[in-house]
Amino acid sequence: MKKVKADPKGVLTGSHYMDGDFALAEGGLAAGCRFFGGYPITPSTETAERFSERIPMVGGVFIQMEDELASIISMIGAVWGGKKAMTVTSGPGFSLMMENIGLAAITETPLVIANVQRGGPSTGLPTLPGQQDMMQARWGSHGDYNIIALSPDSPQECFDLTIKAFNLSEIYRVPVFIMTDECIGHMHEKVVIPPAEEIEVVERKWYTGPKDKYLPFKLDKDGIPFMVKAGDGYRFHITGLTHDERGYPLLNSKAQDIKVRHIVDKINDNADKIIILEEEDIDGADIVVISYGITSRVAFRAVQTARKAGIKVGTIRLITVWPFPEKLINKLAKKVKAFVFPEINYGQMVREVERSSAGQTKVFPVHHCGGGVHNPDDIFKVIKEAAK
Amino acid sequence: MTDIRFSGYGGQGVIRMGLIIGKALSLYDNKYATMTQSFGPEARGSACSSQLVVSEDRVLYPYIITPEILVSMSQEAYDKYEPELKDNSIMITDNDLVKLKPLKRKIKIYSVPATRFAEELGNRIIANLVMIGFFASITKIASQDSIKKALPGLVPDRFLNLNIKAFDKGFEYGLKFLKKESNKKP
Repeated sequence: MKKVKADPKGVLTGSHYMDGDFALAEGGLAAGCRFFGGYPITPSTETAERFSERIPMVGGVFIQMEDELASIISMIGAVWGGKKAMTVTSGPGFSLMMENIGLAAITETPLVIANVQRGGPSTGLPTLPGQQDMMQARWGSHGDYNIIALSPDSPQECFDLTIKAFNLSEIYRVPVFIMTDECIGHMHEKVVIPPAEEIEVVERKWYTGPKDKYLPFKLDKDGIPFMVKAGDGYRFHITGLTHDERGYPLLNSKAQDIKVRHIVDKINDNADKIIILEEEDIDGADIVVISYGITSRVAFRAVQTARKAGIKVGTIRLITVWPFPEKLINKLAKKVKAFVFPEINYGQMVREVERSSAGQTKVFPVHHCGGGVHNPDDIFKVIKEAAK
Repeated sequence: MTDIRFSGYGGQGVIRMGLIIGKALSLYDNKYATMTQSFGPEARGSACSSQLVVSEDRVLYPYIITPEILVSMSQEAYDKYEPELKDNSIMITDNDLVKLKPLKRKIKIYSVPATRFAEELGNRIIANLVMIGFFASITKIASQDSIKKALPGLVPDRFLNLNIKAFDKGFEYGLKFLKKESNKKP
């Protein structure tokens, strides 16, 4: 893995009062994103607008595609053409991208997709928040594959985590999602963008060997294959069909076994390195509140109330939501009275907590079906109930 | 923690008011200020609002429930949001545009003919800056200097001076208003 300093051209160093959508775009530009292919959709449109204005200034390309199917394919093309690429969307557009998220996964194409979640299903609630695409992010395309997903809790983290997302996508050659929501997307807060020399960017793992020896899917020592730029004189083949090291279709169960295990395990085997979370007062806690994104801020308010009421509450904020920290949850399940898990959906990531706990403790979801954030009192009531 | 709602009709620069005060507070006054805004059709013509949560510590809950300060620049916005106010909150209006109802609670009312002043300065589009000036002198939540520093980037460069003039007009009117009020007290 080669780390370099960010290209100062893309870095808008300084303190800004900015919404989450703009911060996503600035994070992308700082990380070296020089291709944006997208289709505007509320509540993510501001990110596309920001890219359309800013990316030409840094020598990049913005294309408004005809729809989201084309958006993601344009990105896959741009990446194999040598660029770092990103797009942004929301529920309905995310659904349209699903088929070719699978193409990105099987071709091990590094790219970043931000989903500014709104209430669903279908057209749902275009201007209001939701966290209802969390399982779709992990399982939305057909077949077995793996992805990484991060969840920011503020405009500042929209910036920080977009850089992180690009770096992870290059390290593991995998699609990385930024699962934010309308509330953060449209919320203005202070965003500090550091000087370019303080931003670490992971460079693509370029192949430098002889031209006739390049194999796009031959695993290197770290388990990740090298990439080349189309047009640089390397002959290679990229397909959605199951393929061999050369990228040529090889349609049998042995090739399938190698491919599927590789694209799933490269994330699972490195989960400990990928997972970022914040823990607070876990030791000796009776109740642990697990949350992510905007809900974690609201949940902390409920936790403060619960602590004042004498309940021993710890918190875990998931910054990486996929892969899920199943080992940690399993270990904690042996010690705590219960987990409480608020999220803006009718029960999604909480299934992971239940699975990881394996019946060793109680799990209390706090549902909110979308269109707003939880009332902290509703979370507090469940904490109280769980502590009984 | 202070919850503020700026309200009016779409086009008056109501969202901009939240942005200017929010930027002034978080970049130059060392406060945490989270701004959210109304989205959708209501933001373009009828009652719309921006909401600002101001705090010494990080803002956890991003929306406002009961504003301590309500700024209303239209009748419709006043009618819609006035019932949210509780005792001892502050109501700031454009008194040419908002006709007050009889008060049911202990609310402090401050009024400024912001739109008229803006027209006198040459353009009604800067009524929001007159209102911000008035708001700043009445509430003292954000400093005068910080607000002026926040303006570049949020108002067009060629109208920066006009916006500052509008701010000063509102600010001075606010000071006079407060002086008159303190003279009234026994």
